[in-house]
Amino acid sequence: MAKIIVVTSGKGGVGKTTTSASFATGLALRGHKTVVIDFDVGLRNLDLIMGCERRVVYDFVNVINNEATINQALIKDKHCENLYVLPASQTRDKDALHKEGVARVLDELRQSFDFIVCDSPAGIERGAMMAMYFADEALVVTNPEVSSVRDSDRILGILASKSRRAEQAEEPVKEHLVLSRYAPERVERGDMLSVDDVMEILAIPLLGVIPESPSVLQSSNSGVPVILDEASDAGGAYGDLVARFLGEQRPHRFLSVEKKGFFKRLFGN
Amino acid sequence: MGLFDYFRSKRQSSTAAVAKERLQIIVAHERGSGRRHSPDYIPALKRELLDVVRKYVQVEQDQIKVHVDREGDYEVLELNIILPDDDGPPKGRAPAPTRG
Ligand SMILES: Nc1ncnc2c1ncn2[C@@H]1O[C@H](COP(=O)(O)OP(=O)(O)OP(=O)(O)O)[C@@H](O)[C@H]1O
Ligand SMILES: [Mg+2]
Repeated sequence: MAKIIVVTSGKGGVGKTTTSASFATGLALRGHKTVVIDFDVGLRNLDLIMGCERRVVYDFVNVINNEATINQALIKDKHCENLYVLPASQTRDKDALHKEGVARVLDELRQSFDFIVCDSPAGIERGAMMAMYFADEALVVTNPEVSSVRDSDRILGILASKSRRAEQAEEPVKEHLVLSRYAPERVERGDMLSVDDVMEILAIPLLGVIPESPSVLQSSNSGVPVILDEASDAGGAYGDLVARFLGEQRPHRFLSVEKKGFFKRLFGN
Repeated sequence: MGLFDYFRSKRQSSTAAVAKERLQIIVAHERGSGRRHSPDYIPALKRELLDVVRKYVQVEQDQIKVHVDREGDYEVLELNIILPDDDGPPKGRAPAPTRG
């Protein structure tokens, strides 16, 4: 049975698209047939992060409006087998995403995929609500910063009350915390909320901590999800995150400051 | 560790500690009747109430609202059912529910 996972946050720019791209790629690398859908109608970005922007012909809204079939709109990822991207449209208005249409597309995708990853737009408007509504599980991407944590808490409230699972009184949406853009040296200085602080406030299980890392920007520059840059800290952290999601035990890395050698402490930074 | 760092770490409240305290307060306030204050039995209660009500009146799933509010030391279970506003017909039994 296919699983629908929403990547959500409330606040904008916290790393949802970065996480969606790497998470979906990671699932596919481990042999699961995966599709990642961009719900950010009007501002599509996932195609750029996945590096398939020049191959977009039809989009999610075309499929909802029966202007294209799913197979015409799905883009096969060039980096790995088992992975497909369903891009958002750039022009239409947000009303294009309606419950019946989205339900129909998801039902069709369920037939042939193991995982359906939904990259939510920021905010709590229609696109975000539609991305959350059908979810079985949610990756709540949060930055260690007051407004992001508060917004995540609101999103958790919405998942618990307005999702399909809540409405149908089914088992609730399974929640996972993804703490992103974490800077251990700032935490140690007392300038940034720690993992423990955020976990205490949001009170949901931690799936992964992604360090603040220059490799994320480098990866987006070249359109290759950062998880494929295995040598990088952020890539490694996403790799661990996917493994944990699939049930493996992995210790959390990148939570404390790397001990620097004497010379590095003197001259480097 | 430099002298400056030493004083910083000694400082009573780092900005992170202030952030955490502010968040705890605002989040507890905003949660209100939302998640963790809402007990697990609410969805089931809602479903069963709906079944009972539907024996008599045809109401839609979203026309019933149940939530628990905390007021001081006690909790209030608030139940809200919006009945369809027909002032005419069926005095007797409402039509059997068509949806499951
Ligand atoms: N771990 C990280 N380290 C450094 N930069 C990061 C990290 N994660 C994300 N970023 C950067 O933050 C910016 C926003 O990331 P992203 O687009 O993934 O966020 P988003 O939540 O999808 O935004 P939106 O709400 O606009 O959809 C990008 O420039 C990205 O490169
Ligand atoms: Mg995004």
